[in-house]
Amino acid sequence: MKRALFALPVVLVLILGGFFLWGLNPDRDPNAIPSVLIDAQAPEFALDGIPGLDTPGLAKADLSGADNPLVVNVFASWCVPCRAEHAVLTRMAREENIHLLGINYKDKPEDAVRWLDELGNPYERIGADLTGRVGIEWGISGVPETFVIDANGIVVYRFVGPILSAEDVRDMQEAIALARSRSGAGGTS
Amino acid sequence: MIRILTVLAACFLMAMPVLAVQPDEILNDPVLEERARDLSKDLRCVVCQNENIDSSHAGMARDLRILVRERLVAGDSDEEVLDFVVARYGDYVLFNPPFKPSTYALWIGPFAVMALGLLGVVLMLTRRPKKIDAKALALSEEEESAVAAMLAEDGKEGPKG
Repeated sequence: MKRALFALPVVLVLILGGFFLWGLNPDRDPNAIPSVLIDAQAPEFALDGIPGLDTPGLAKADLSGADNPLVVNVFASWCVPCRAEHAVLTRMAREENIHLLGINYKDKPEDAVRWLDELGNPYERIGADLTGRVGIEWGISGVPETFVIDANGIVVYRFVGPILSAEDVRDMQEAIALARSRSGAGGTS
Repeated sequence: MIRILTVLAACFLMAMPVLAVQPDEILNDPVLEERARDLSKDLRCVVCQNENIDSSHAGMARDLRILVRERLVAGDSDEEVLDFVVARYGDYVLFNPPFKPSTYALWIGPFAVMALGLLGVVLMLTRRPKKIDAKALALSEEEESAVAAMLAEDGKEGPKG
């Protein structure tokens, strides 16, 4: 008993030290809210396209049975980081062999159209989420947010904030590779 | 006089807490509105995370407030409303998270640390050496007589030099 008590401070220091090490880790984002969607089916939703734009709308049905991984990007013309991210997403859509889909979050249709005219439209489909209700279905906390979805409609990864740096792109590439490997194993049912 | 009263009234108005809930959100049914307010206080704003959605001015918080009210009007119980939001945002949005393996540390942690501290205090107090009786330290009668004898002998010889 006495021996065990002598070890107590050491054990305490180890526990507290481990906790602080975890807490002070610069890679840990204390504001990150874990998504409940990871490894689950994407939520049910159906959105019309942006009025005045030829790009078709987006619904849950469009998210499964694809030959390549899907990337769903939530964006808005009023969101400055989205503008920064746009170039990276456009290049990724071209190089990575993915389907880039958009959810236009709480945007005025005319603003969205003007924005896409100006910057280019890399999206295969865009759903106009005028009320922000579909954003809640996806559990977003703001724009931009990006989800990687495998061929079975299962969410593999969620990226919060703009995809800008090489590191961000690598995270996305890893997630896309993971989605691709899972799609291969699960078939395209 | 009226001017002073107006200024005073203005001061009191400014001192009132700023409400995030906007007039167009408030339900006509006061009972439902009260429930909505209570539920909103337990839901974390996902944008400004230390605020509840009842006091947050974020657009996202407003959307969630409206959603909560819609669910209540549709006849959901309080529990169903919370479950609806948790299904989309996880336990993280609850200021009063459920007791389950992933939250054990959260719920038990503080009490465990307090228990350890109390244990430490108790150990410290019980293991402190007991106060020893003053009599045991002072000269015993035997020693005292021995000393007296030595002093008496010393006196007989007289001062040296």
